Amino acid sequence: MAVKLFYEALHDGLEEEMQRNKDVLVIGEDVGHYGGSYKVTKGLHEQFGDLRVLDTPICENSFTGMAIGAAMVGLRPVIEGMNMGFLLLAFNQIANNAGMLRYTSGGQFKIPIVIRGPGGVGRQLGAEHSQRLEGYFNNVPGLKIVHTSTVYNAKGLLKSAIRDDNPVLFFEHVLLYNLKEEIPDEEYYVPLDKADVVRSGKDITILTYGRMRYHCLDAVKTLVANDIDPEVIDLISLKPLDMETIVASVKKTHRVIIVEEDMKSGGIGAEVAASIIEQCFDYLDAPVIRLAGKDVPVPYNGRMEETVIPYPKDIVRAVEDMLALRV
Amino acid sequence: MVQEQLAPTKYDPIDRQEALMLYRDIVLGRTFEDMCAQMYYRGKMFGFVHLYNGQEAVSTGFIKQLRPDDYVTSTYRDHVHALSKGVPPRAVMAELFGKATGCSKGRGGSMHLFSAEHNLLGGFAFIGEGIPIALGAAFAAKYRGTDQVSVCFFGDGTTNNGQFFECLNMAVLWKLPILFVVENNLWSIGMQHHRASSVTDIYRKADAFDMPGYLVDGMDTLECRQAAIKAIKRARAGEGPTLLECSTYRFRGHSLADPDELRDPKEKEFWRKQDPIPKLTKFIQEQGLASAAELKLIEQEIRAEVEDAVQFGEDSPEPPVDELYRFQFAEDE
Ligand SMILES: Cc1ncc(C[n+]2csc(CCOP(=O)(O)OP(=O)(O)O)c2C)c(N)n1
Repeated sequence: MAVKLFYEALHDGLEEEMQRNKDVLVIGEDVGHYGGSYKVTKGLHEQFGDLRVLDTPICENSFTGMAIGAAMVGLRPVIEGMNMGFLLLAFNQIANNAGMLRYTSGGQFKIPIVIRGPGGVGRQLGAEHSQRLEGYFNNVPGLKIVHTSTVYNAKGLLKSAIRDDNPVLFFEHVLLYNLKEEIPDEEYYVPLDKADVVRSGKDITILTYGRMRYHCLDAVKTLVANDIDPEVIDLISLKPLDMETIVASVKKTHRVIIVEEDMKSGGIGAEVAASIIEQCFDYLDAPVIRLAGKDVPVPYNGRMEETVIPYPKDIVRAVEDMLALRV
Repeated sequence: MVQEQLAPTKYDPIDRQEALMLYRDIVLGRTFEDMCAQMYYRGKMFGFVHLYNGQEAVSTGFIKQLRPDDYVTSTYRDHVHALSKGVPPRAVMAELFGKATGCSKGRGGSMHLFSAEHNLLGGFAFIGEGIPIALGAAFAAKYRGTDQVSVCFFGDGTTNNGQFFECLNMAVLWKLPILFVVENNLWSIGMQHHRASSVTDIYRKADAFDMPGYLVDGMDTLECRQAAIKAIKRARAGEGPTLLECSTYRFRGHSLADPDELRDPKEKEFWRKQDPIPKLTKFIQEQGLASAAELKLIEQEIRAEVEDAVQFGEDSPEPPVDELYRFQFAEDE
C-alpha cells in the first residue's frame, strides 16, 4: 500500500496501461510538455514521447474526431479535456461519432476511447469553468459515463475505461485532485458498471456521485448521531445505472434521496428517480426526493455560488424531514 | 490580396491631447493589473485571473481609435480591454470582487466582463467564442446600415480553432466591418505557437480568404494605433474586414495560478526590454508633447483612481443571495 494523491493515481493508471499496450495514447491540450493542467500526465511525454502524449492545438472538435478516427482503425486514445466544459466544442464528435457510429455502421467499428478530465462546480471559477455536464451527455446514445470520487476508484476505473471497447466519458471533479488515500501497490481494476455501497444502513437510501459523496458522508455523521441509519450509495456508473444495487437498497430502506451537483432539470437524478419509480414503486414509502444543483449558470460571487449545490446541512434536513413522515 | 508589413515609421499626426489620452490608458491598464495581482494574493479575488501585463499597447492602440458606439469582444484576459473601452475601473474591480456594483453584477467574474453601455459584448472564458459574437455585431451594423465597427481580440492559440477560420470566411463573404486582432504572445498556456501552428505567420492566413492581413508591432502603441486607423477606416467605409497580427508578450504567467515554468528566462528578459510603456513615454517626450513631470502626475492620478476602485469594490455590497435566479430570463431587469 502507498499513499497517493488523486491526480497521481490517475497518472499511475494511465502509465500502467500505456506501458502494457502501445496502442494506448493521450491526446489533449497541454498534456505533454506542460504535464496537464491538473498534473495527471506529468512526465509521461518524457517516457512515451511526443506522439503518444500528443499536445494538440486548441481545436476540441477536430482532435476528438481525430481520436475517434484513430480508434476506428485500432488505437485506444485517451482524450484529456483540460476542463470537461471545453468538450462542449466537441459535442458533435462525441454525440454523433463516438456515440452513434458503431450503430450506424451496423457494428463494423469499435470506438475504444476514453474522454476524461475535470468537471463540476469549482471555487469561483465562473459559469463556463464550473459546468455540470453529466445531464448534457446522458442523453447521447452509445456512451458509457462514469464519475470518479476516490483515489482508489479513480485509478481502477481509469484502467477499466481504457480496456473497455466502448467510448467512455470519464468525469473527475475539479476540487478532488488533491484527495489523499492509501491504495494497493499491485494492479487492480474497478468495474465501470457497479455502484459502490459506501455505507450500508436500513433507514434511507442516499444516492449520490462525485464530490457530493463527501457532502453525504459529512451529513451521515450528524444523522448517525441522531440515531438514523442511512445507506449511502455512490453511483459511479451514471450510464448505464447499476439498477440492481439501487433496487436492492430501495427494497431494504423504502426511502430515497438523491444528492447531486448536476442541474435538477433533466439531470442524472431525474433519470435515477424515474427508473426507481418504474422498477420498484411498490417498495417506496415516500416520494423520491432530489437534492440537486440549481438550474442556473454558476455565479461568480462566492456566497451565491454556495447556494447552487447541496451542502451537508441540506442533506441532514431533507433526510430528517423525510423520516419524520414515518410517524 | 497581398499581405503587407505595416511601415513602422509613418504615423498619422498625434496631438498632445491624444498622446496624453493614450498614456493615461496604457498606464491605467498596467496599474490596474498590478493591483489585481496584489488583490488576488490577498484573497480579494478568486478563480482564474489572467493578467494583460506586457500587451497593453494593443488594447490602447486599437480601442482608443474606436467610437463609443463601436463594439469590442475579448477573452478571459479582458480587464484591460474593458478599461480601454471606457468601463470605469470601479465597475471592473467590483466585478472581480464579486460585488453587486460590478459590471456583470457579480455574476460574471474576471472572465465574463460585459458592459452594454460601452458596447463591450464580453469577456468570454472559452477560447474563440468572442469571434463569432463580434461578427454578429458587425453583421448587425451592416444590416442596419450604421457605420459601426466591431473589433475582436484573441490569442495566437485561438487561431488554430475552427471558429477563427469560419469567421474570416463569413466576414469576407459579406464584407463585414470587423477587425480580427490577434495578440500573438507566442504561448497558449504551456504550448508554444510554433508547436501548435503549421504556419506561424498568422497574418498570412488572411490570404486564404482574400482579406488584407498585417503584421503589427504589438509592443508599440503607435504602430498599433496606426494599424487600427487604417483598418477601422476600411471597415467604416464598407470595404470589409482586416486581420491584424500583433506580436507581443505577456509578462506574467498564463493566469495567476500558472507556475510559468516552461518559458525561458532569456525569452522573458528579451521581451521585457520591449515594454510598451517606456517606449510610449520616450515618444511623447521626444516629440515634446508632454514633460516628464506631467507624465508623472498622470501616473499618480491613475494610481489614486485604481486605489479608489479597490476601495469602491471593498465598500460595495454583495449581490443578495436570494437573487440567484435574477437575470436568467429577459423578464428580469
Ligand atoms: C474552448 C477552450 N478550450 C480550452 C481552453 C483553456 N485555455 C484557456 S486559455 C488557453 C490558451 C489560449 O491561448 P491564446 O489564444 O494564445 O491566448 P493567450 O492566453 O495567450 O492570451 C487555453 C487552452 C478554453 N478556455 N477554452
